[in-house]
Amino acid sequence: MDNTKRLEMIGITKTYPGTVANDQVALSIRHSEIHALLGENGAGKSTLMKILYGVTKPDTGTIIWNGKEIRLANPADARALGIGMVFQHFSLFETLTVRENIELALGNQAGNSATLATRIRETSEKYGMPLDPDRRIASLSTGEKQRVEIVRCLLLDIQLLILDEPTSVLTPQEVERLFETLRLLSKEGCSILFISHKLHEVTALCESATILRHGKVSGNCEPKQETPASIARMMVGEDTPITHNAKRAIGGADFLQVRQLSTTAADTFEIALKNVNFSVKQGEIVGIAGVAGNGQEELLKALSGEQPYGSESIWFAGTAVDALSPMQRRRLGMAFVPEDRLGRGAVPEMSLAENTLLTSFDSGLLKKGFIHFPSVTKLAKRIIQTYKVKTPNELAAASSLSGGNLQKFIIGREVEQAPKLLIMAHPTWGVDIGAQVAIHNTIFALREQGCAVLVISEDLDELYNICDRLGAICDGQVSPFVATDDLPLAQLGQWMAGDFAADAQEVAA
Amino acid sequence: MDLDLLTNILYLTIRTGTPLLLVALGELVCEKSGVLNLGQEGMMLMGAVVGFIAAFYSGNVYLGFAMAACAGIAMSLVFGFVAVTLNANQVATGLALTIFGTGLSAFIGASFEGKTITALPTLAVGFVETIPLIGRPLFAQDAMVYFSWILFIAIYLFFKQGRGGLKVRAAGENPTVGSNLGLPVLKIRYLSIMFGGAMAGLAGGYLSLAYTPLWTENMTAGRGWIALALVVFASWRVGRIMLGAYLFGFASIMHLVLQGFGLSISSNLLATLPYVATIVVLVFLSKNIERLKQFEPMALGKPWHKTH
Amino acid sequence: MIRLEPRPAISGFWTYASPVTAVLLTLITGAFLFAALGQAPLEALHIYFISPIADWYGITELFVKAVPILLCAYGLALCYRAAVWNIGAEGQLLMGGIFASVIAVQFVDSDAWLAMPITMLAGVAGGMVWAGIVAFLKLKMNTNETLSTIMMNYIALNLLLYSVHGPLKDPHGFNFPESALFGDSTLLPILFEGTRLHLGLAFSLLALAATWVFISRSFIGFQIQVMGQDQAAAKMAGFNKTKLVLTVLLICGGLAGLAGAGEVAGPIGQLVPHISPGYGYSAIIVAFLGRLHPVGITLAGLLMALIYMGGEMSQIFLGLPNAITGVFQGLILFFLLSSDVLIRYRIRWASNPMKAGAA
Repeated sequence: MDNTKRLEMIGITKTYPGTVANDQVALSIRHSEIHALLGENGAGKSTLMKILYGVTKPDTGTIIWNGKEIRLANPADARALGIGMVFQHFSLFETLTVRENIELALGNQAGNSATLATRIRETSEKYGMPLDPDRRIASLSTGEKQRVEIVRCLLLDIQLLILDEPTSVLTPQEVERLFETLRLLSKEGCSILFISHKLHEVTALCESATILRHGKVSGNCEPKQETPASIARMMVGEDTPITHNAKRAIGGADFLQVRQLSTTAADTFEIALKNVNFSVKQGEIVGIAGVAGNGQEELLKALSGEQPYGSESIWFAGTAVDALSPMQRRRLGMAFVPEDRLGRGAVPEMSLAENTLLTSFDSGLLKKGFIHFPSVTKLAKRIIQTYKVKTPNELAAASSLSGGNLQKFIIGREVEQAPKLLIMAHPTWGVDIGAQVAIHNTIFALREQGCAVLVISEDLDELYNICDRLGAICDGQVSPFVATDDLPLAQLGQWMAGDFAADAQEVAA
Repeated sequence: MDLDLLTNILYLTIRTGTPLLLVALGELVCEKSGVLNLGQEGMMLMGAVVGFIAAFYSGNVYLGFAMAACAGIAMSLVFGFVAVTLNANQVATGLALTIFGTGLSAFIGASFEGKTITALPTLAVGFVETIPLIGRPLFAQDAMVYFSWILFIAIYLFFKQGRGGLKVRAAGENPTVGSNLGLPVLKIRYLSIMFGGAMAGLAGGYLSLAYTPLWTENMTAGRGWIALALVVFASWRVGRIMLGAYLFGFASIMHLVLQGFGLSISSNLLATLPYVATIVVLVFLSKNIERLKQFEPMALGKPWHKTH
Repeated sequence: MIRLEPRPAISGFWTYASPVTAVLLTLITGAFLFAALGQAPLEALHIYFISPIADWYGITELFVKAVPILLCAYGLALCYRAAVWNIGAEGQLLMGGIFASVIAVQFVDSDAWLAMPITMLAGVAGGMVWAGIVAFLKLKMNTNETLSTIMMNYIALNLLLYSVHGPLKDPHGFNFPESALFGDSTLLPILFEGTRLHLGLAFSLLALAATWVFISRSFIGFQIQVMGQDQAAAKMAGFNKTKLVLTVLLICGGLAGLAGAGEVAGPIGQLVPHISPGYGYSAIIVAFLGRLHPVGITLAGLLMALIYMGGEMSQIFLGLPNAITGVFQGLILFFLLSSDVLIRYRIRWASNPMKAGAA
């Protein structure tokens, strides 16, 4: 291996109002090295990358590139040096074509736009991720969108490729394919900075790692010499519990039944559900895995009643509820924790008290159509206390809470309504490990009380951790559902890619 | 209906549609960059009054147009500062621009009401003007009509090919992504807003310098608003803007058409036609909202500021 | 260059300081404007803002002007809280005036006590019809309400002109475009002898109390605010959008219609082409300036009425065009929108040395 330094970042500090995002961070990457940057959400990974890509300017610190100190005023500077970046939230214009997107991003480096299409084809095929330059981004799958991002970097004379949580949107098989591409690139001499919080991926792919915690470097290691637990320790510190012993349960009678649910897509951005069948029993947690944009949102809307779909396809305890509004479904015992905490689960600029009223209005908070404020305050206070929501008081705006605290509040609000069915989307997305454990414990307690719980998530670790039964969704169709402990990851991956025929019976037996 | 009347209707349809075409093209570019400027009416009025005053004192109607465009740009910069730099609500800011422009134009134009100037002359293109029916409508118009056609083609090509149009669209689709990729989103948006201002100024100038040619308070009579509807009508596609502008031009001279059929209806009721037509068109287009959404710039009207 | 830095939470201080700042900035700009026009700034400001309300009659006139503005603004504030961008109060007011006049001219020679209430109800109905059309277009046809309401304003204006030139023209009126003078039984009673202050004041006080309780205490009011701030949350909670949009638009239309009826059966006493000098548009500014809160709106509405009166004063005593009213209205809204930035952001002057090269 070439041991010369490709990149060194020394003493990088960046403060935002109220937080120090990076505090004297150092990072060093060798030629053709695959280097991991690890850390929890909010540890400062994104800020560091944005600094490296010229999007953000550090307050202090030095960047040395191939032995020379550099200053990056904007992403174009970074690209000119040979630094490419694949953002976690794709930097793509949905309504433009692949070629137009790449042309825009590369600016003058795009060269002749007539030959650009050919170059896109050639490069994408060379690295095993074929692309049609004239397709609109909106019509691509998530995996294909990521290819556009990567190919965009590869079209330039690239020496360092930064990938921000690239695997969170991929099926396990797609992840394998991506790793092959990355290894090929590394062999050709390109350095790779791989940002992740998934430890098994890091151990499989990376030669070295830098770990961030609270904006500071908390450790450097060679992942292959470490265990996931020892790396996790460096990520979260000494005093946070990182394991919980989930017990499996076998549920009672079916509470939620979905029978042959089919929908039509209202526009090109929507996915039609096709003959969806599954059930959730009382006292069990059922998980649905899947890559984002495969019909999860549509399924959630159909279940919550936001988007009514006519026929007798959704049943609560033996009654069809298709025709019922979200409010009426709530009265039958449904509670709902949506993916977006701010701007769906809670109104950002309203207080926690008002946000309590948002869905708990049937819990004795109204008198003849008028709001009974003392009751609202009382309930809000109880939720804050019971679920250990860190906030000055119930008058704090929802937007002032951290993601984890707000999620604890929202879940508490729904649980206090004593639901018979709780539907959750990505319950611990972007939440720190401490809050994650608390949220999982709340879900377990609810299961013990006989509630039926449905969890839709992209986080396979979490699903394997908490669910009693598991299935997958792909392109609006769902796989069979089997006991979690009987479902190998590889099989789930095939289901997530739409290959439902893959031996469900055999596995279940 | 005789040929002369038909010729005249065509001729006037184009003349009446010209200010709408100008202002709608300006607003289209502005909206493509993601900025919804509801201040067209105010910018037009300022263009009309400033253009008129300039032409009145200088005796040069072309200088009037230049000043009208400048007035429009000046107004648009006020909008840009509040809505883009200060990131205020675009709907409210546009409304403020209209209220301000209406008031200010009436204020500075008060003593020019009833004054007259020499109108923008028509430029007949020689013998082709004598072609029956289409000769006069197409070849005996004034310079601004021809200019509006050139502009129409230029904007069509701007978005059809080349990187400039792509950058404007990118700013309107997703400014955050654009900014992350290093596009100067704010600059693109400012330039688009200023272009919209210049066009609105010219459109206003057309009313006071060519169409009437007079200055009266509130003389735009909602044309700036109709232009906003035209952009929706065109589903943000340049080609349809011209069609829409002339359709509305036609609706505005309906009294002439009805005269041709020997009908007489209250002029006040006929005056509601362009507005009713606007609503009908909006209803017709908005019914299929998903289709409309396909063409609407995704970031249209959403406040955005650079976060780093 | 100016850089905006988001505040961790919205600033309570600036929420209320912003309108005050806007008014002060408008006054300062006004002083410069007067100076530029060759007037002594302070004296001109005095004439504009103080002299109209220097006596009892002036104060009652202030309320006469404020009543229609306030009625429109209370309703508009409900719409804006629901994120329904209704700018059609002007048209709704005009339709209220027309509908009321249709009834009022039937009672010219009658002394039935019902005449006045029926006239007012007709006005309310007129405004509701006009706003109801907008609600229908928005809810059933997905039509953008900003554009549809402005078009409805122009249509209403032309219908008003049609009415006074046609069906409602006074047959004995020497061909002036005006309706017959209304009979006493339809006119709103005067509250204080020797002034023009009429029962409309009571209507607007009632509207103040009712909208206040409605928005801050009722569950529907809460739902309206949730929908306005966060459509997705309202959907998630299962609030009925159709019902809420219809509610705010009908309330607003009814109040604006009442304002129109109050004008024709109040200070004007007949239907004329100019029953409103843009009250419905001023009410938009008033609603924002008053922070969409009924009490704030009341203060802002009085200020707006003063700006109207000041315009008349400056025309009489300074010889300036009455249109200066519109200049002040536009300025105040601009300054308000600009100051409002401070509620969410801190302003920073870009001083980062690394940034300099980036521009």
